[in-house]
Amino acid sequence: MARIVLDNIAHAYGPAPTGPQDYALKRLDHVWEDGGAYALLGPSGCGKTTLLNIISGLIIPSHGRVHFDGTDVTELPTAARNIAQVFQFPVIYDTMSVANNLAFPLRNRGVAKDEVDKRVREVARMLNLTALLDRKARGLTADLKQKVSLGRGLVRADVNAILFDEPLTVIDPQLKWQLRAQIKALHREFDLTMVYVTHDQTEALSFADKVVVMYDGEVVQMGTPEDLFVRPAHTFVGYFIGSPGMNVLPAEVQGRRAVLPGGHEVALDAFYPNLPQAARMEIGVRPEFVHLSASGAGLPVTVKRVDDIGRMKVARVDLDGRGLNVLAAENAVIDGDKSRIVFEPGHVHLYADGHLVDPQMHEQAGG
Amino acid sequence: MDKTWNNKAWFMVLPVLVLVAFSAVIPLMTVVNYSVQDTFGNNQFFWAGTEWFQEVLESDRFWAALSRNLIFSAIILAIEVPLGIAIALAMPRRGWGVPVCLVLMALPLLIPWNVVGTIWQVFGRVDIGLLGHTLAALGIDYNYVQDPFDAWVTIILMDVWHWTSLVVLLCYAGLVSIPDAYYQAARIDGASAWAVFRFIQLPKMQRVLLIAILLRFMDSFMIYTEPFVVTGGGPGNSTTFLSIDLVKTAIGQFDLGPAAAMSIIYFLIILLLSWIFYTVMTNVGAESRREGSHG
Repeated sequence: MARIVLDNIAHAYGPAPTGPQDYALKRLDHVWEDGGAYALLGPSGCGKTTLLNIISGLIIPSHGRVHFDGTDVTELPTAARNIAQVFQFPVIYDTMSVANNLAFPLRNRGVAKDEVDKRVREVARMLNLTALLDRKARGLTADLKQKVSLGRGLVRADVNAILFDEPLTVIDPQLKWQLRAQIKALHREFDLTMVYVTHDQTEALSFADKVVVMYDGEVVQMGTPEDLFVRPAHTFVGYFIGSPGMNVLPAEVQGRRAVLPGGHEVALDAFYPNLPQAARMEIGVRPEFVHLSASGAGLPVTVKRVDDIGRMKVARVDLDGRGLNVLAAENAVIDGDKSRIVFEPGHVHLYADGHLVDPQMHEQAGG
Repeated sequence: MDKTWNNKAWFMVLPVLVLVAFSAVIPLMTVVNYSVQDTFGNNQFFWAGTEWFQEVLESDRFWAALSRNLIFSAIILAIEVPLGIAIALAMPRRGWGVPVCLVLMALPLLIPWNVVGTIWQVFGRVDIGLLGHTLAALGIDYNYVQDPFDAWVTIILMDVWHWTSLVVLLCYAGLVSIPDAYYQAARIDGASAWAVFRFIQLPKMQRVLLIAILLRFMDSFMIYTEPFVVTGGGPGNSTTFLSIDLVKTAIGQFDLGPAAAMSIIYFLIILLLSWIFYTVMTNVGAESRREGSHG
């Protein structure tokens, strides 16, 4: 196990990057604490896999250093880093038995036969593969193949971290839960540092203690699932996490009020005296914190559509030509197409150029 | 079912039936006809029974030619398959080198067989050929016209030059279908280059390799044009393969009966060996499919 520090990392795949657009991964500093379970969440092409491959050593970053427990491993080859990685599509050695698959990384490192047998049996027990040890790996189902490739990582006793690159993509839905729960259980039991790349928010939120959200080559927020929900640090986080995502409206700040394009005003929680000049200002509020108002107070909206999503209802409303989502209780009665909405105090966030403006610091967060 | 509809369908397959009849069935029947009769010309035929078959099977000449065929096929497979794999492994997987390599590899396959024979016939000549003259100048005694060993070396070199590309292209197709993740996982597992080849690349190439081996075996077993052009079966009978012997018997000596019997035996040998290959191949294919279908 190790504490992994990414110091000022950036990566461009092309040989001569000229501007930020050439970078798959823009400058980032990040620490993966020893024994943490992290999810790396973001849309396709945001640099998640690049970041993962930099940690495992499959890619050497164009800038910056990688440290494992204070040792600089930037130039160290993959095999010497003691990293385990599970790929999107199960990688197994077809012609070998399950037992030989598990033993393979140890044999390559010249571990003594008794030790290899002992570790293989242990790992097979951890992953419930004991009954399959003599089977040929070729004939296994996709979820078992993924377990075998995870096992090849676990079998090395001194593994620094286990990296998962969208490991459940090809697994049947009902088995995804099981396998994810099993990975989570392994984390709790053995205190392994795990980094789990996914674009599925449910997977990320249910797996990780800390979720790292990436967008366009940058880390836009790292936090607990609750942080991401309550205080999205970037409008992208608000939009990407939650279903439906956060409502974002352009606004002009006047004292403690935000003035919307239609002239309506929304109360803010704090003063923002030092707002960045010429920035694009927006307010964001999650559908969970927008309420349809029974009394006459609030902003006038037109109800366009109401969808029943099981335990809740989603009302799609129109405020001066801009769409908003409102979450209402399952038994809420929404009648007529005219209604009013109120924003719950404490949950209206202000964003400058997409980044959360922190009312206490009077500074642009994340900038 | 309406009978008239079914009868009309015969017209659709009639062209194929006629073509097959004229190109395969009737010539084959003629050969069978010749193989059981004797003729002295003048269109007079006498019943000979199995006499020609016995004569062919008892002749040393036939068995010598057959063993030359088998040895030749074994040698060129032993060279072309490993060499083809090695070249395919060395070829670039991406970048501008890929089309260059593919075109270079495909070139020998595009040259007509008798031209390949002529190229090597000239190439190997001691007086004017680049290879023959160079070897002679280096003091190496090389003369494919007089020395049986040199003749074999020349023919094998020629076949390797001509046909290794086929193995290369098939293996390369197998190699490029391996996802990058396999190589990345192998690096993480600390696998050596040999282990990557043995456990990732070779299993993925298995099926195309079987096809390559089958094609190369059949083609080399039926080889005629190239050795005929280069050595004409000599010196002596040292490079007389079954096909060359057959033509000598039929056209050179005009022994139509024995030649026909020999054709049928030759045909049956190729049919038998191809059937064995085919059975083995489909069994291996079915086995991996069956195992795969669990997943």
